[in-house]
Amino acid sequence: MKRLLAATAMALLPLTALSDTAIRATGDLGLVIERASGSLVLVDRSDRAALARIEGLGDLSHASMTYSPDERFAYVFARDGGLSKVDLLAGEVVARTVQAGNSIGGAISDDGRLVAVSNYTPGGVRVFDADTLELVADVPMAGKTIGLADLPGRRFAWAVWDTGEVFIGDFSGAEPAITSLGVAGANPFDAVVTEDASTYLVGLFGEKGVVAIDLWADPPVTTKFLKDYGKVEDDMPVYKMPHLQGWAFSEGQFVLPAVGRHELLWVDRATLQETGRTPVHGQPVFIIAQPASPYVWVNYATPLNGVVQVVDSRTHDVVKTLEPGRAMLHMEFAPRGAEVWMSSRDDNKVLIYDTRTFEKLAEIDATAPSGIFFTARAHQPGL
Amino acid sequence: MRKAALCLCLLLGAAPVRAEMPAPRAAELEHMVIQDCGSCHGLTMKGGLGSPLTRDVLDGAPPEALASIILDGVPGTAMPPWRPLLTEAEALWIAQYLLTMEPAR
Repeated sequence: MKRLLAATAMALLPLTALSDTAIRATGDLGLVIERASGSLVLVDRSDRAALARIEGLGDLSHASMTYSPDERFAYVFARDGGLSKVDLLAGEVVARTVQAGNSIGGAISDDGRLVAVSNYTPGGVRVFDADTLELVADVPMAGKTIGLADLPGRRFAWAVWDTGEVFIGDFSGAEPAITSLGVAGANPFDAVVTEDASTYLVGLFGEKGVVAIDLWADPPVTTKFLKDYGKVEDDMPVYKMPHLQGWAFSEGQFVLPAVGRHELLWVDRATLQETGRTPVHGQPVFIIAQPASPYVWVNYATPLNGVVQVVDSRTHDVVKTLEPGRAMLHMEFAPRGAEVWMSSRDDNKVLIYDTRTFEKLAEIDATAPSGIFFTARAHQPGL
Repeated sequence: MRKAALCLCLLLGAAPVRAEMPAPRAAELEHMVIQDCGSCHGLTMKGGLGSPLTRDVLDGAPPEALASIILDGVPGTAMPPWRPLLTEAEALWIAQYLLTMEPAR
């Protein structure tokens, strides 16, 4: 099966390296994760085209990546502990280390010098030199680490699924300084930093509530809010953990995916009070703000994952329901919001839609695509 | 590979009640195991937020017990009950599939 996928893949795309092309920029490039075949498709956003396939990245079943400040290199975090550095200009893997047995994601430091990886086995955070991928620091933890995010000043924040403890690691000095911010709650499933780096939001799976940690306060101050938020009843099975990196911050609000329920929850940013709920098609997975607009786009957990909805953050109403394809796993916007790229895992396509007309503009073949990552992420804190 | 898995199952007598599954549904179930279960357990079943589910790890667990976990979940963990989406025969088929799945390279 795997071999068949790979063979199909090779037939679909030219595998020529890009190094023989003329001088080019990377600002409109991106990478699409092909989760079943351990490969990436290099795409050109302006041409709406695939340029190359890059293989040999390991188990990408829960994969993410982050970009170097010059937008030339991607650091790809694979499920199997693989950390790969991909050169977008050459279209190839230029450095790779299998740094743990099981990983969940990673982040790059604000200065672009360090890449940190969040590991399940062994639990902890490992930090690498962004140039060479040599190990710089190893921070073992008492469990699976989640929600790893970069903070200004060569720092990272993360939480531990098993113990609920939240940490900040400062890697600006000769030795790492690790500070515990205490226990946020039972089984934090993901966490995210607001775009102004003021607040670290931690979603809990094992108890109700969301935790906001004020990082601008010294020492940081922890507040629990939405105290009836989350999964408690066993009759609300959660078929896919929501992702919080997509938590949209719109119109002075947070919008959160309800855990297990078919709802979005709106929260006033200043007061942390709930301001509304939106009934939606399924259990939300990603809620992503369309840049330069009042809209957020939402996709859903299996088995209701063939639908993507658009919600107006002013009225909290669903304004558009799309059925772009089967198993819609991810959405990535052009940085100024004009189009959205969406992966249809089971149709083996990336679908490109105009965000104003909702017309499909183009599609790109990809094998079981999941995450789509444009290089513009290089300049966004928290990504 | 699916056929091979079922045959092996029969040879070993691992399943007292064999889950009969029409081929198209079996293909859907295999896809579901790899892609949807794989979200937590890894596409190669080597684990993630969820436990590893490789043949070696499961080593001889009764398929009925695994089917019961699939159907009713594990309270206090992130493993949800799949009963709303699967029949008992389908859960048993998945259990047998996991017990006989070839290790990933």
